[in-house]
Amino acid sequence: MIDWQPLWLSLRLATLTTAILLLLGIPLAWWLAERRRQWKALAEAVISLPMVLPPSVLGFYLLLAFSPSSALGRLLDHWLNIRLVFTFPGLVIASVIYSLPFMVNPLLAGFRSLPADLSEASRTLGKSDWTTLIHVLLPCLRAPLVSGAVLSFAHTIGEFGVVMMIGGSIPGVTRVASVAIYDEVQSTHYPEANHYALVLLALSFSILLLVYLINYRHNKSPL
Amino acid sequence: MTTSGAGLHFKATKTLHTAAGSQLLDMEFQLKKGSLLALYGPSGAGKTTILRILAGLTDPDTGYIRMNDEPWLDTGHHKHFSTRSRATTHLPTQSRSIGFVFQDFALFPQMTVRQQLQFALPKDADRHIVDDLLEMMELQELQHRKPALLSGGQQQRTALARAIARRPSLLLLDEPLSALDDEMRFKLQDFIGKAHRTYGLTTILVSHYLPEIFRLSDDVIVLENGRIQKQGPAPQVFLEEKISSKFRTTGEIVDIQPADIVYIVCILSGNNIVKVVATSTEIAGLRVGQKVMIASKAFNPIILPLG
Repeated sequence: MIDWQPLWLSLRLATLTTAILLLLGIPLAWWLAERRRQWKALAEAVISLPMVLPPSVLGFYLLLAFSPSSALGRLLDHWLNIRLVFTFPGLVIASVIYSLPFMVNPLLAGFRSLPADLSEASRTLGKSDWTTLIHVLLPCLRAPLVSGAVLSFAHTIGEFGVVMMIGGSIPGVTRVASVAIYDEVQSTHYPEANHYALVLLALSFSILLLVYLINYRHNKSPL
Repeated sequence: MTTSGAGLHFKATKTLHTAAGSQLLDMEFQLKKGSLLALYGPSGAGKTTILRILAGLTDPDTGYIRMNDEPWLDTGHHKHFSTRSRATTHLPTQSRSIGFVFQDFALFPQMTVRQQLQFALPKDADRHIVDDLLEMMELQELQHRKPALLSGGQQQRTALARAIARRPSLLLLDEPLSALDDEMRFKLQDFIGKAHRTYGLTTILVSHYLPEIFRLSDDVIVLENGRIQKQGPAPQVFLEEKISSKFRTTGEIVDIQPADIVYIVCILSGNNIVKVVATSTEIAGLRVGQKVMIASKAFNPIILPLG
């Protein structure tokens, strides 16, 4: 019988990562889009880095940063009593960094596609930036919000290199589905590996299908 | 520099970067409370910039704005002392009592007409104004529609109603009628005039359409190259002094038809079509769409090109 725990862990990790990314990505993309400044190109490059960097490179540096022998790791360990290496919270933080561009980039493109006078009109009506964001801008960005959330979710489900580096393969803690497949193949348990692989394949496909269906419907209907 | 009493005192300088190179916007004017001022001038003269400075959407290099005894902007007066003097007063857009109608209306795509107006209300406002405005602008039937399903004129009325809903002291209209056909323009001029009087607004209208300016404005400022060229009531500003006449009006030529040896020129003046007989010499400089003045000197009305 298939052990559902790695799949459950993957889902939990992806859900939590997506929730955090929504809270983090919306203000970040808004801030990047608000006023163009040369140095914001640097911020955008840093955010997009995980898209081109081998996951093992990102995982390696996160491992170094989070390890209790580093300054950051020591600080977290000593003052907050938090361990990020080989723990679930560590996986969440790594996943957030790893999937950040998948949330921020669609939102950034969305914010930039909105006419500037929408937020100006809201300001002339006496509304704060926050009210403008919630009531005027975000309702116009349903499609990028859905794309960003779904892609971040799918990308987190599919991550392997980063998880492997920073989480290892502790059952019930850091052994997510993608890592479980690798473990089963290592131990030549091909049928078990296939179980996990099939579930991930079906899940990834359904998620992408959903995104394209939503975008398709959105493009056909007027705002 | 202090002014007392109700109304607007505006003074600003700003270097404008236009396609034709950079030029300095440098102007000052005062406006009585409850009056309607038209800003007229070629595009790139800085009309929109003035509205944006008033709204706090654009920062001038130096400036001073006081509305009904409330300071909105004061960058200090030493403009030759330091080009980047720090603002001593700079009220953010949100805190200025303004209504702004943008050239392309800037309606919120996801809100219905009614929701746009409700959104514009301050927290403690009397909510009846929403229904009053919907009625005044003849939008009741359309109140549950989103902007994508409205015509240009309906969008314009929605934008106007939304700008007034919070009961601003100063209403700023940035060529709000430029996208509309003539019939719609006349109707909307009525709405603007009605709203201006009903809600006791002080209004600034950017326009390059003379009939509109004659119809609506108490005063006109003609801007050219960033400076005030002429200022005063519309007839005084636009009509040349040398014509002393009993009757004069302005309009736009809508048709020129030959009739025997003369021509019949149809001129749209306000809501009326005026037919004027002209000789072939007289129509030489005239064409359909041109803004003209009709003046009656002795017996026959004469047509004079404007602007």
